Order: sequence, then C-alpha cells, then structure tokens
Amino acid sequence: MADVTVPVTTTAAPADPNVGWVRRFLRATEIDPRLIGMVVALVLIWIVFHILSAWRLSPPGTFNWWSGVFLRPRNLWIMSVQTASIAVMATGMVLVIVTRNIDLSVGSILGFVGMLMAVTQVQILPQYLGFGHPLTWIIAVAVGVVAGALIGGLHGFLIAFVGIPSFIVTLGGLMVWRGAAWWITSGRTVAPMDSTYKLLGGGPAGALGANLTWLIGIAACVLVVGGLALARQRKVRFNLPRRPLWAETLVGAVVCAVIVGFVLLVNNYPWPPIIARNYAQANNIPIPEGGLFIAHGIAIPVLIALGVALVMTFIARRTRFGRYVFAIGGNPEAAELSGINTRWVTMKVFMLMGALVGIASTIATARLDSATNAAGTLDELYTIAAAVIGGTSLGGGVGTIAGAVLGAVLMQSLQSGMVLMGLETPLQQMVVGVVLVLAVALDTIYRRRARA
Amino acid sequence: MSANGSPLVEMRNIRLAFGGIHAVENVTITLYPGEVVGLVGHNGAGKSTLIKILSGAYRKDSGEILINGTPATINNPRDAKSYGIETIYQTLALTDNVDAAANMYLGRELLTRWGTLDDAAMEDATRKVMGRLNPHFRRFKDPVKALSGGQRQSIAIARAIHFNARILIMDEPTAALGPAETAQVGQLIRQLKSEGIGIFLISHDIHDVFDLGDRISVMKNGRLVATARTTEVTKDEVLGMIIMGNVPPKLQRPEVRA
Ligand SMILES: Nc1ncnc2c1ncn2[C@@H]1O[C@H](COP(=O)(O)OP(=O)(O)O)[C@@H](O)[C@H]1O
Ligand SMILES: [Mg+2]
Repeated sequence: MADVTVPVTTTAAPADPNVGWVRRFLRATEIDPRLIGMVVALVLIWIVFHILSAWRLSPPGTFNWWSGVFLRPRNLWIMSVQTASIAVMATGMVLVIVTRNIDLSVGSILGFVGMLMAVTQVQILPQYLGFGHPLTWIIAVAVGVVAGALIGGLHGFLIAFVGIPSFIVTLGGLMVWRGAAWWITSGRTVAPMDSTYKLLGGGPAGALGANLTWLIGIAACVLVVGGLALARQRKVRFNLPRRPLWAETLVGAVVCAVIVGFVLLVNNYPWPPIIARNYAQANNIPIPEGGLFIAHGIAIPVLIALGVALVMTFIARRTRFGRYVFAIGGNPEAAELSGINTRWVTMKVFMLMGALVGIASTIATARLDSATNAAGTLDELYTIAAAVIGGTSLGGGVGTIAGAVLGAVLMQSLQSGMVLMGLETPLQQMVVGVVLVLAVALDTIYRRRARA
Repeated sequence: MSANGSPLVEMRNIRLAFGGIHAVENVTITLYPGEVVGLVGHNGAGKSTLIKILSGAYRKDSGEILINGTPATINNPRDAKSYGIETIYQTLALTDNVDAAANMYLGRELLTRWGTLDDAAMEDATRKVMGRLNPHFRRFKDPVKALSGGQRQSIAIARAIHFNARILIMDEPTAALGPAETAQVGQLIRQLKSEGIGIFLISHDIHDVFDLGDRISVMKNGRLVATARTTEVTKDEVLGMIIMGNVPPKLQRPEVRA
C-alpha cells in the first residue's frame, strides 16, 4: 500500500479557553471524573461520621473534633481488614458484570470452599503432616482457590456454552453451594484453623509491622513512578500524544502521597497493651515508660486485597483477555465477528471469579478462625453493590477495578460508621440499600449529561 | 471471464433459511482476483445474509464454498479470516466502549515482548492507516461511541484493509459518508483492486456499482436474478432486474443464470 506520511500531533489537545479549568485539568491528567467523585463522596462520609462520633463522645453541649473515633488509625485499620474479602470478590464481579452477566452465587461459594479449606487443614492434612506443618496453609489455600475456579468454570460452562442466563445459573448456584457447605460437616462449625493460615485473616500477628510496611510502601511508590515513566517512554518512541509533564508528575506524586499516607496510618495503630506486654516478656524486651509501642503495619488480608486489585487491574487493562472482556460487554456481536471466542472468554471470567472467591474465603475464614456453613451469606449482594457503586454499569462494557475497591471501602465505611453510631442492623441495611440506588442514580444522570 | 484459472471465491448453491424465511435460496456467485463484483437488490433481498455466510457470521444450511478452487470450511469469523476474508459489515460491528485502535486490532492485538497489549504500537499504526482514510481524524483516545457515523465507518474500513485481505467484503461501505469521503473510498477500492484483491461490493447506489464494479449480481427475494458484466447491461436493465426480476433476453444464457 502507498506510503503516506501523516502529520502526528505531539502534544495533547491545545488548551481551549472556553473549557473550564476543571475539565482542562481532568483532560490533561486523564483522570476519570467519576473516580474523583467517589473519592470525594468517601472523604465526606468519613468526615461526617467522625464529626458525629465526636459529637456523641464530647460532653453534652460541647464539641471536640479530637474526641471523634472514626478517623483514628484503629478504626480505619479495622475497616481495612473488614473490607478485604468483599473487595477481592468485587474486582472479579466487575469483569462478570462488564460481560453483561451477574454472579449471585459468590456468597455461597465462599461458604462452601471455606468449609472445604477448613476440613482440609483441620481434619485431613493433620493425619498426614501432623499439626502445624508449614505446608498446611499453602495446601488449604490451593484447595480453596482450585475448588472455587472449578465451580466458577462449571457455572461459566453452563452460561457460555449451554446458553443458560447467568442469573439463573448462579441463582441455582446460590442455593446449591449453600446447601453443599452445610453438607460437608452436616452443619458443624470447623475451628480453630491452622496457626499460619490464621495470619491471613489479620490481627496483631497477621500484620506486617512498621518496617516491612515501609519497605512495601516504598517499593509500591517506585513501581508507580517506574510504570508511569515506562509508559511515557513508549509513547515518546512512537511520537504519540502524551500528558503534559506536570500532569504526569502530579499523578505520580498524588499516588505516592496516598501510599505514604496509608503506611503512616497503619503504622500508627499500636498493638493492644496486653498483647504488646506478653510479646515483650516472651522476647525479653524491656518495657519503656508509658507502655511499649509496637505498630501493626499493614494487615496481611489488606495486602492480599491490594495485590489482587493490582493484578486484576493489570489483567483488565494490559492483557488480551481483559480487552476481550470489555469488547464483549460493549458489543457481543461485534466481538464475535472480530473472531473473539466469546464463549471461552465468558467461561474464563467465571473461573477467575471463582478463584477470587477462594481467596476471599481464605481471608474470611482466617479472620473468624472458623468455617461455618453460613459464612458469606449475603456477600453476593455486597459484592455486586460494591462493583455497581464503583461505577460498573449493569448494561455491560463499563467498569474499573479501582472503582469497585473504592465501592467496597465506601460500603464498609457506611457500616462501620453506623455501628459506631449504635444504629441497629436493619437500619444499616436500609441505609446501604438507599446509597446503592443513589449511587446508580447519580451515575445515570452523570452519563446522560456527558452524552448530551 | 477476466482471469484464467479458478476463481478466488466460488459460492455454489448456497441456501439459508431463518425459520420460514428463505433469506438465501440456491445462490451461486463467483469472484476473481482483482475483480469487483457489485451485489445489488432491494432491502431484504438477502445480500447481507449471503456475504455473512462467507464471512463466517452465519452458517449455511447447504451449498459449497470454494476458495482458490478448493472446498473451504467456514464455521465462524476466525475461519473466514484465516482464508484472508475481511468484512466491513453494514452495521459496522464496532465495539462502542473502546477506542479506534482497540477496534482496529480487536481479535488481533499487537503484544509487547512480555505478552501484554502494545497500545502504543497499535495507536501508532492506527494513526497511520486513518491518516490515509480520514486525514482530519484526531479522536484516537475517545471510545468510538462518541464518534460521528463517517468516522466510525472509516474505522471499520481501516480494520478491514489493514490486515492484508485477499478477499474483501464491503456491505454498504459508504452509507454514512459524505461525497468527498465516498470518492475517497472509491479510490481506495480501485487501489485494492490493482493489488489483486477480490472485492464484493454491496451498495444501494447503482452508479457506484457501475463505476467500480466489473460484474453485477442482482438478488431478489433470496434468489439470484442474474449476473452480468457492467459493460453488457445498462443501468435501466439492472433496475428492471432489481425491481421486477426481469432478466434481459441477452442475459438468458444458462451459464449466467442461477
Ligand atoms: N438474523 C436473522 N434472523 C431472521 N431473519 C433474518 C436475519 N437476518 C436477515 N433476516 C431476513 O432475511 C432476509 C434477507 O435479509 P438481508 O440479508 O439483511 O437483506 P439485504 O441485506 O439484502 O437487505 C430478510 O427477510 C430479513 O428479514
Ligand atoms: Mg443488508
């Protein structure tokens, strides 16, 4: 074909004086405005709950910001651990919903594979390895993840190749796997878990401590800056338009600031005095005046959730599979006509979802140090709500992993805040329900205005 | 016929029914290298259905497809692409929620050394192809949902010509284009033809078909009325075939009738 040289603009669109600075800023930084909206909503919720708790705990007729408990490291740390399990599942639910499907079975699968993992480590493995064997937790987690992937694969097969709507398949799954969770032990709770496995659920021992947390935080910052630089370098090589340097720097700086802020937060939540004292006595550490300060650092389940979110973002944005998932959601016929094996991609999405449920189940059962046949009840609703509040469109084709994680944090914030306020559980449910509808309403209005 | 040897494509006695509707009924058409065959007929005549069988979107009920004289198995779009068949669908078949480069490379993404999507390379190549087809196009970052009909159409065309097609199917490729862009597509068709590519061109515009086509196949109610060289029939005669199904006496030879 004829060679034609094409002039390529090397800078982003020229600044249009008619466009407001907010929009110009968003365009330069290439940030999704809805993500900013969510962060603002989240911060507002946090501040409101903090003020309410301060007001409740101040002497009558007075108000002292510092007596509030919501924004204290302790509360935020506990919230981060409570969010982890739903956040892990929400990252998979994004892909499920993006392909115009739904998965109502994740809560039941969580219960079922949790039971499987518990029986594996408490009843089966000790017969061969003895108690407390270092391999026990690894085998148990592998059993959970593989079982989850197989169950997801079965659902995916029925949906993609047999053609049964995902709503029906996973509604059936919701009932079947809940029953199966009961069936494994005839309803008996299995506890306690393997001592290493338990660490995956958090707690003072299940956190990494100050130094390791700093190390991870700094590594994450290096990764972010390196990733931005590498992406920019590729664009330079092809002479493609790119963000202005100030925008690139700002994005990197803000992300690193958030990481450092999070490290400072989790490193400011000390172990409870009794545990710290026992630890000091056991290790012959002198206890200083005013008690021993041992920081929790990042909790292992939170680290797992963040790692999952990172990997899932990579899968969604940087791999062929991720591209196909979004293409199928955008226009299934066009995806098929492009030669994409849409059925196989759909089946893989459900397998991935199942594997993530295995990870989430590990976190949930490790945190409770037990597996019950009711574990994960209603989790499917919270997971879907997290994804949807996070901007995933039920119409398919639209959604981000980061949004879903933020959605999970937002819901947990609401619940923790309401618990602090002493609200009854039914009232909490009502509030979460209203917020879900409100979030989707706002998103719908935003989209309609963006299109106009 | 224009070429010696076997045709590039031969679709023999193709049949496809949707329930009770015989969308394509015993149709035989051929295409030679470097040839443009215009496919004309009313809405609902079965043109899109016929070419979708060739592009792998539909499976025929019966009949045979031969590529370069050997029987071909086309069960899905991947099969068709493996025979070098590229298609611009009437509906364009774009995925609205991703950008131009993602659409152009959909199903054939460029990968980096590490097996990840090479978006920079794909955007670069897309800019070059689009520079030929639609030099004013700048919105490479927007999802194609936000683009105009003409811009979307040029992306669909870019996708079809970028991957070294040997057989190109164009179903109403200029439906959403203005006169200047339509002329550009005409020029493109001549260029591709000179490179030896065989083209099925479906168009509502009978002038276009006479202008660009070597032969014309007329369909009506799922059947082939007749195939004629553009030099041996007039536009009025073709219109007569489209509307009434009247085959001019000079064409009533067994080898050109279905
Ligand atoms: N997917 C389908 N399902 C059922 N009927 C169809 C389908 N596609 C086309 N048809 C029918 O087949 C006939 C031929 O349609 P089509 O090939 O689109 O005609 P054309 O492209 O010539 O306008 C029409 O009657 C149409 O309604
Ligand atoms: Mg048509």
